[in-house]
Amino acid sequence: MSGTKAFAFAGERLVALPSGALWWPAAGVLTVSDLHLGKSERIARRSGMLLPPYEVEDTLRTLEQDMEAVQPRAVISLGDSFDDMEAAVRLHPDHRAWIMRLVESVDWTWVTGNHDPAPVAYGGTPADGVECGPLSFVHIATDAGRHEVSGHYHPKASLRVRGRAISRPAFLHDGNRLILPAYGTFTGGLRSRDPALSKLMAPGARAILAGSPMVEIPMPR
Amino acid sequence: MDGPPLPNDLLPPALADWLARRHWTLHPHQREMLARAEEPSLLLIAPTGGGKTLAGFLPTLADITEHGHEGLHTLYVSPLKALANDIRRNLSIPIEEAGLPVRVEDRTGDTSQARRKRQRADPPHILLTTPESLALMTSYEDAARTFKGLKRVIVDEIHALAENKRGDQLMLALSRLQAMAPDLKRVGLSATVDDPAVIAHYLARHPDPCPILHADPGPPPDIEILKTAETPPWAGAGGRYAIPSILREVRRHETTLIFHNTRAQAELFFHALWMENAGDLPIGIHHGALAREQRVKVEQAMAEGKLKAIVATSSLDLGIDWGDVDLVIQVGAPKKVKQLVQRIGRANHRYNAPSKARLVPANRFEVIECTAALEAVRAGQLDGDLRLDGPRDVLCQHIALVACAGRFRADDLYAEVTSVGPYSQLTRAQFDECLNFVATGGYALRAYDRYQRLKEWEPGVWGLRDPRAARQIRMNLGTIIDTDTLKVRFKGRGGMPLGEIEEGFATTLSPGDTFLMGGQVVRYENMREMTVEVSPKPDKEPKIATYIGYKWTTSVQLAERIQEILSDPSHWSALPGHTREWLDLQRHRSKLPQPGRLLVETFPRDGRHHVCFYGFAGRNAHQTLALLLTKGMEEDGLDPLGFVATDYAALIWGLEPVADIRPYLRVEGVHEALETWLAGNAVMKRTFRAAAIISGLIDRNFPGKRTSGKQATFSSDILYDTLHRYDPEHLMLKITEEEAMRGHIDFGRVELMLETIGDRIDHVALDRVSPLSAPLFLERGRVPIKGRAESRLIEEEAARLMADAGLSLE
Repeated sequence: MSGTKAFAFAGERLVALPSGALWWPAAGVLTVSDLHLGKSERIARRSGMLLPPYEVEDTLRTLEQDMEAVQPRAVISLGDSFDDMEAAVRLHPDHRAWIMRLVESVDWTWVTGNHDPAPVAYGGTPADGVECGPLSFVHIATDAGRHEVSGHYHPKASLRVRGRAISRPAFLHDGNRLILPAYGTFTGGLRSRDPALSKLMAPGARAILAGSPMVEIPMPR
Repeated sequence: MDGPPLPNDLLPPALADWLARRHWTLHPHQREMLARAEEPSLLLIAPTGGGKTLAGFLPTLADITEHGHEGLHTLYVSPLKALANDIRRNLSIPIEEAGLPVRVEDRTGDTSQARRKRQRADPPHILLTTPESLALMTSYEDAARTFKGLKRVIVDEIHALAENKRGDQLMLALSRLQAMAPDLKRVGLSATVDDPAVIAHYLARHPDPCPILHADPGPPPDIEILKTAETPPWAGAGGRYAIPSILREVRRHETTLIFHNTRAQAELFFHALWMENAGDLPIGIHHGALAREQRVKVEQAMAEGKLKAIVATSSLDLGIDWGDVDLVIQVGAPKKVKQLVQRIGRANHRYNAPSKARLVPANRFEVIECTAALEAVRAGQLDGDLRLDGPRDVLCQHIALVACAGRFRADDLYAEVTSVGPYSQLTRAQFDECLNFVATGGYALRAYDRYQRLKEWEPGVWGLRDPRAARQIRMNLGTIIDTDTLKVRFKGRGGMPLGEIEEGFATTLSPGDTFLMGGQVVRYENMREMTVEVSPKPDKEPKIATYIGYKWTTSVQLAERIQEILSDPSHWSALPGHTREWLDLQRHRSKLPQPGRLLVETFPRDGRHHVCFYGFAGRNAHQTLALLLTKGMEEDGLDPLGFVATDYAALIWGLEPVADIRPYLRVEGVHEALETWLAGNAVMKRTFRAAAIISGLIDRNFPGKRTSGKQATFSSDILYDTLHRYDPEHLMLKITEEEAMRGHIDFGRVELMLETIGDRIDHVALDRVSPLSAPLFLERGRVPIKGRAESRLIEEEAARLMADAGLSLE
């Protein structure tokens, strides 16, 4: 796959994909975080704003493409897979079937998140977290976490090119923690400079910008 | 003032006596306004200071005094809150001194909730308001009762409102009022405009006629280019070179207003002025980005006559009356002749006394622009760029507001909307498309039946599905789209507010960067809860001089005059020596642009290759042409990085030189490129965002509460891309294209220009920047190209950052 960015973490070689997914070739594990499926439905239900109802289709297309490209053995959806529990059941029947199809094709784990704290009826295995070799996977980074992969914050990072800030969703890693960007189409981002992130990440942390071109920079703080 | 004695039948005795006591007589146009008070629509064109506002109110004062009135009699709408305050003070003088039984109140965004409620229950005779506050009032369930007895509506500064969507919103609101009060008379008050008939069409209920009254335009303005001992630079925007001459003028006059075209320039100039002023002249600064507290302080000092001069931007533009301004200085070329004339109106607000203004060109190109602008003023040529087709995003908002007031019949609303001049050509299908969008979102995938906003309660009758939606609709009211701004405060020290900066600018700041705010240099410290914290940093030049302010455009007419002056050295006698020398230099080093030909210069500068073309076809046309050129260059691997367009030229820069410009300037290729180009560039996305906010697709403060700062807003660009991919026929994309075609791309002009020019392209390859292109390097509104070149730079910058941090790349 072209345009990806490999990096070392906990002694493993991991690959950041432009979509925001994390590929772990040695274990055959593809991890995506914060899909927020059903976000437009939830926004309509909660606020009355009628956003283009196409983000489920777009997110699933991207995920399907990533799965076709890397052929994973297992997929971990790292929490906030659904924008809320009701959104999970209100998805269009076609989209429900599509999700089931993807889930059945691999060893699929739904890690619970703050938006989707209970198991969902889409097959796969529900879990609060996953331990896999030297890595542990949870939705929100923990204080005691060691070699921990998480999501939740929707990190983004920016760099200045000729006086203009280019800001993109980003992977943040500091050797001990790895935070994935949000994968869903309708998801915003939190600047890496925000205290929530700059306090969490150790000095020397790096940011890998998703999208094209993928570049790695010292994490802006 | 004198004139024939007043016919007694026009004014009630109390008012006539008051005028007599003051030894005042009415101007002819004021008398005529009284005599024609019963016209359904009437447009008054009068110069600033011509007693325009009193002319508008006299029929109201006379009618209430003579016949009495229960409830709201007259509604006065002006574009500025400050203007409403000002008018209330001015009206209270005749009302109090003549003892008229008239109650006047204002109602703007600043009016308290309790007072607004009372105003709806017990309205004053005269209510002074803004288009937004009026639209809000019409959206309440009790609107019909509030406006039942309304007799007159006065639209002040209608020429300014008619230029933008605020005017369209106002005219739609008037159509509502007319339905509630069928005998409503409309009065428009306008400054001098090129084409009054267009404004009249805008004001009147379609297809009613609208007679036009012209006041005596008064003596011609006294306006010239300020003679300075100092020579203006080749390029530069601030006019700082002229500060000694400007200070001399300030000393010679009572009160001087110094106008700048952008906030950033006003800031820089004020800072420099303060350094050279040695503190002996009281001078203030006033612009829209300053905190309210700061502005009010300056306004008060001004009203009390404590200031010798004010450095200002357009926040002072419209006719607010603040004492004895006897000189207006315009720094930088006035980008529109109309603005220039209105700014002159700020000096000598006395009717029949000539207004005095001096222009200070900021660079030598602007000397030519100023000369052209003066010629236009003397020729009485004002630039008009009025739109006659009502924008549909405003209509969508209007439909939602109508629904807030209660259920409506779609047929009735369509009839009402087409009585509005700008919407008179709207087809039923176009209207229904908007109604469907407001009701359901209008998506091909009908996902929202359960949540739709409007419901068809019975055939043809629509209303809110959930009445609680009214709150959200009202909160998002309005057609002004501000870029997202962040508040700036001093760190610690009680956090004194300084003003606002654009979010985009804020994200480029690193701790330690210094910039100007409120005339002082401040140092960026950090960002806390969406507020930028700074510390004072006296006696230092700002590291980052500018932030994005308003983008001004010259009119196309002005661009044409400039080309005439440039191309023919026999016109140069009107120019100062330094500017003639500069043009001579251009003639020898490069070429002068000639009518019917296109001059293109290419040259390297600062590690980039530049292409500059001089089309004199207006900024929108140049922007479109530059986008199309850079698209071709990107395809050919020339790695364009960005461009900037003005009304007379455009400058493109990239990583590779362009050997032959001709292939990119063929009219056939341009046509093909347009389709794909429309699909997604920065200009279209900006247009989409505005349309999406106005039409109610996204909330103004989406997603609302930025409390946690977590998972903040995702950009409207994502919505644009998603719609393009999955629902390309959606109304929002149509509106975006309509808006772009109308306002931003001027495609017809590009085609015409390329057809006219054909092969007559003068390509001059230079080894450095040409005299004529130098000013373009300081233009604002640079458009980046997202392509290979940007990728190259991102990779270089990332590598540099990693190396600086001592981190290794794998």
